[in-house]
Amino acid sequence: MEFDVNIIVTTFPLYLRGLGTTLQLVAIALACGMLLALPLGVIRAMEYPWLGRMVGAYTYFFRSTPMLVQLLMVYYGFGQFKWLQAQWDAENRFWLLFREPYFCACLAFSLNTAAYTAEIIAGAIRNSPVGEIEAAKAMGMSWSLRMRRIILPGAFRRMMQSYSNEVILMLQGSAIASAVTLNDLTGAGRTVYARFYAPFEAFVFTGLMYLLLTFIVLGLFKLAERKWLAHLRPRGA
Amino acid sequence: MKKLLGIALLGATLVSGMAQAKDWTLIRVGIEAAYPPFNELTPDKKVVGFDKDMADAICSYLKAKCTFVIQDWDGMIPALMSRRFDTIISSMASTAERKQKIAFTRPYYNTPAFFVIKKGSNLNVDSPAAMKGKRIGVQSATIHQNYVNEFYQKAGAEVTAYQSLDQVYMDLVAGRLDAVLFGSVENDTFLASKDGAGYVMAGKPLLDPKWFGEGAAIAVRKEDGDLRKRLDDAVDALHKNGTYDKIRKKYFAYDIWPKSGS
Repeated sequence: MEFDVNIIVTTFPLYLRGLGTTLQLVAIALACGMLLALPLGVIRAMEYPWLGRMVGAYTYFFRSTPMLVQLLMVYYGFGQFKWLQAQWDAENRFWLLFREPYFCACLAFSLNTAAYTAEIIAGAIRNSPVGEIEAAKAMGMSWSLRMRRIILPGAFRRMMQSYSNEVILMLQGSAIASAVTLNDLTGAGRTVYARFYAPFEAFVFTGLMYLLLTFIVLGLFKLAERKWLAHLRPRGA
Repeated sequence: MKKLLGIALLGATLVSGMAQAKDWTLIRVGIEAAYPPFNELTPDKKVVGFDKDMADAICSYLKAKCTFVIQDWDGMIPALMSRRFDTIISSMASTAERKQKIAFTRPYYNTPAFFVIKKGSNLNVDSPAAMKGKRIGVQSATIHQNYVNEFYQKAGAEVTAYQSLDQVYMDLVAGRLDAVLFGSVENDTFLASKDGAGYVMAGKPLLDPKWFGEGAAIAVRKEDGDLRKRLDDAVDALHKNGTYDKIRKKYFAYDIWPKSGS
């Protein structure tokens, strides 16, 4: 058994395309997820009686079912409805989106990461030091000003560690995109595996690409922490 | 002492495993169990189908004990080569490309491939140029995928590869695909199902051995020439003594035994 580098060299363009798809999917999911999670997290932390419970139900659902199941449900499950198929035949612009595997993956991934991120944000808000809030109130700040200037900036600093975990989990989790015919990084690995019958080369190289991506993500978070968590660093003598 | 005994036991099973592999009284059969009507899984997780019945008949002819290993299609050949099982009896077409890596017995059935399209869609599936911009579905790592990639994708069709057969037909029914390519028997099974009501086979039968091989055959590792010989003899004998036809009639009304020279 030897490692056949030629396989990787000849299929490198395939891997690059896969890498592009993976990066796009993850970036879109994280961006949409964050946009959605921000208001949801605030609602959840503020404990509005009804709204809070609805957000809780949403995060509970998405955090307690596997992302693969969610993806298969959006892609294959919804596609089964005659009503949706009729919309596709009628070329309805909006519903046609659900025909595309790319959109289905973005939707499922966004909703999934939004659920986790909302809980992370809510937790960070709940941990706001009481003193800070009281001080802000004493300064006469309104609720929205307090949120903008005091609570959210503090919450974002506190959540950086756990959010970096979520980003990495999302990156690894996106490997299921090939289940709905998308040629992401894992899809490229599977193709090479099936075409050259070389599982070792195919998956070792795929793994290395994810390793590299994770390394870069962690590096970026390190840089961010250095900038925004500078006050927590041990002071030099 | 316990550890020593454990190592001795492990050694004994390894040796006996090797001994079994040598005289082929135990044959491990790789099967996809997701390719009806040739192989599929019943709701209570039993492998059934034409391939399974053929495998059982072959094993009883060889007086061997057969165990079935279920394996996803795109990993079938790697799994054979890494010795997860000894043979593939799973409707695998014997093609020149695959023969570079593994060996095949004589084919045990051969059916042409056909496109399936929606009734009344009037697609000219025989012409790759006419299929430009159309969405074609195939199963990944199949002869059908190779063929469609070579002629239709290059002519501008949008080709999507799926992990398993049911997903391809499912997306045809959902309206995500305009045409799918499978063997005529798989298509017949789909067309006879509830979902297949509004669909038809279209175009001319596709049989070119360059792309579709010589028919479905049993695959073994290249170094297991003795096993290949035994399986070959078994297939021939079962055809001659009528067992093959008995099994075939259980599934199909027409003969699918490969015609010589095709």
